[in-house]
Amino acid sequence: MVNVLKDGWLTFKSIFIGMGVTIRHFFSPSVTELYPEEKVELPKGARAQLFVNIDDCIGCNLCARACPVNCIDIETVQATSDVDLGKTSTGNPKRFWLTRFNIDMAKCMYCDLCVQPCPTDCIYMVPDYEYSEYDRNNLVFHFSDLTPDKVAEVKDKAEKEAEEKQRQKEEMIRKKEEEKRKKEQEEQKETSADKIEENTKDEGSEKDSSDTKEGDA
Amino acid sequence: MNEFFGNIEPGLALLVHALIPLTIILVFALVAIWGERKIAGFIQDRLGPYRVGGWHGWAQSIADLLKLLQKEDIVPRDASRFLFKFAPFMMFAASYAAFAVIPFSSAYIGSMINIGVFYLLAVTSILTLSVIMAGWASNNKWSLLGGMRSAAQMVSYEVPTIATVLTVIVVSGSLNLMTVTEMQSGNDTLGFLPNWLIFQNPFLIIAFIIFFISILAESHRVPFDLPESESELVAGYQTEYSGMRWAMFMLAEYADMLLLSLLGATLFFGGWNSPFGEFMAGPLWGYFWFMAKGLILVFVMMWIRWTLPRYRVDQLMHICWSVLIPASFINLILVALWEVIF
Repeated sequence: MVNVLKDGWLTFKSIFIGMGVTIRHFFSPSVTELYPEEKVELPKGARAQLFVNIDDCIGCNLCARACPVNCIDIETVQATSDVDLGKTSTGNPKRFWLTRFNIDMAKCMYCDLCVQPCPTDCIYMVPDYEYSEYDRNNLVFHFSDLTPDKVAEVKDKAEKEAEEKQRQKEEMIRKKEEEKRKKEQEEQKETSADKIEENTKDEGSEKDSSDTKEGDA
Repeated sequence: MNEFFGNIEPGLALLVHALIPLTIILVFALVAIWGERKIAGFIQDRLGPYRVGGWHGWAQSIADLLKLLQKEDIVPRDASRFLFKFAPFMMFAASYAAFAVIPFSSAYIGSMINIGVFYLLAVTSILTLSVIMAGWASNNKWSLLGGMRSAAQMVSYEVPTIATVLTVIVVSGSLNLMTVTEMQSGNDTLGFLPNWLIFQNPFLIIAFIIFFISILAESHRVPFDLPESESELVAGYQTEYSGMRWAMFMLAEYADMLLLSLLGATLFFGGWNSPFGEFMAGPLWGYFWFMAKGLILVFVMMWIRWTLPRYRVDQLMHICWSVLIPASFINLILVALWEVIF
């Protein structure tokens, strides 16, 4: 009988202790964040959307090479000698037009590996995580600030300059060869007398080498 | 029978009498389902439904109802079609019919019959039948297990419920709930307390505790929610139900909860009597006090739901047959003795 009463007392005691705990939580403020209205600030170094400060990019392609899933697509065109692209905020001279700088965030695996190698710290992650799209193609972010016309113009110019350079190079080579030939001709004239002797000497040495090879076999 | 509807046609009066409890049940169900989710949220340091309708998601239940209305009415192929479709309505009818003898205010009671409490207990036992019906007709092991558990539970717990109701009848001397309530008006227990039965007799406090535990089990509330224990029986007897038929079960469950809470308020807490004697008394205030008392009990039921874990089946039976039933009968004798002596 005593035990029954004791058990009964313990039962009610524990029930009321439990109810006390729940009622205290009933009146304590909730911990819910009302997400779209209230946003929690992301911690420092949180991995979210990639961003490229295109003004600082020197087109070195290091990030694209570091990317394990190939989600960065860069196309550069060398700047022609008549334009000066200026310098980045870190002081590096810019030598390339960035005609294409696309990041496919649908492919991105948020590994942060592209951020480390950047020499000008122009690619980094920004705390923006709300960029859902209905079409996967809309997840390709274009960072190049050049218009298609400008791209075409720049490419055209660069091509022309490259052709020009190529032509100059070829001309130079041709000039050099011509000079060489002239020199050789002059030399030939000077040494035409002992030319025949040299030729016969060469043939003889060749024959010797072939003989030794046969003997080895 | 009452002053409000004295001069209108009998047919119309009947309709009005039928619609008043129905309105109360429907509004209560909408509010209580939302309220239960909010209470659950607050107790767990969440917010609960928050979006629908503006302020704290008050329209959540209405949105849920609209969703349920659009759902397909699925009847399993191997189910017993008629019983499967009929069970939810029968369940709701059982709890709805019992509201006829609940005195909502000093001016309104559905039916002024002399055997009010007896009728109420008799009608609510149909609930057991409809739960077994639903469980068996679904032709599903979870449903059948839930239905069988429910039958065992409700039949068992009806005994302590009736025994504790009997203690009140011993004190009040009437089966009519209106008379029981009228008996409790006035404010002179110990000079200041209202004449509610819970204050009149120390053994009636024990009776109320037993009664409250029993009604938790009767209305399948946690910690006695074995018929529909989600973690072991999917949803018990409701497993195969969808759409509006499921909503009927939900409605019946909440109606049952309200009914038993209101019964508790009538029997132990003075029904529609104001706690301040003549102050704030009258038919409408009576309705307010009555619902307030009932809703406080409903709140305690919800509060317990988010506090206690579920009992095992054998523990449930143990509590009923070897604790509550002996205790309630001993208590009945003690209450009777107290009444004889004082």
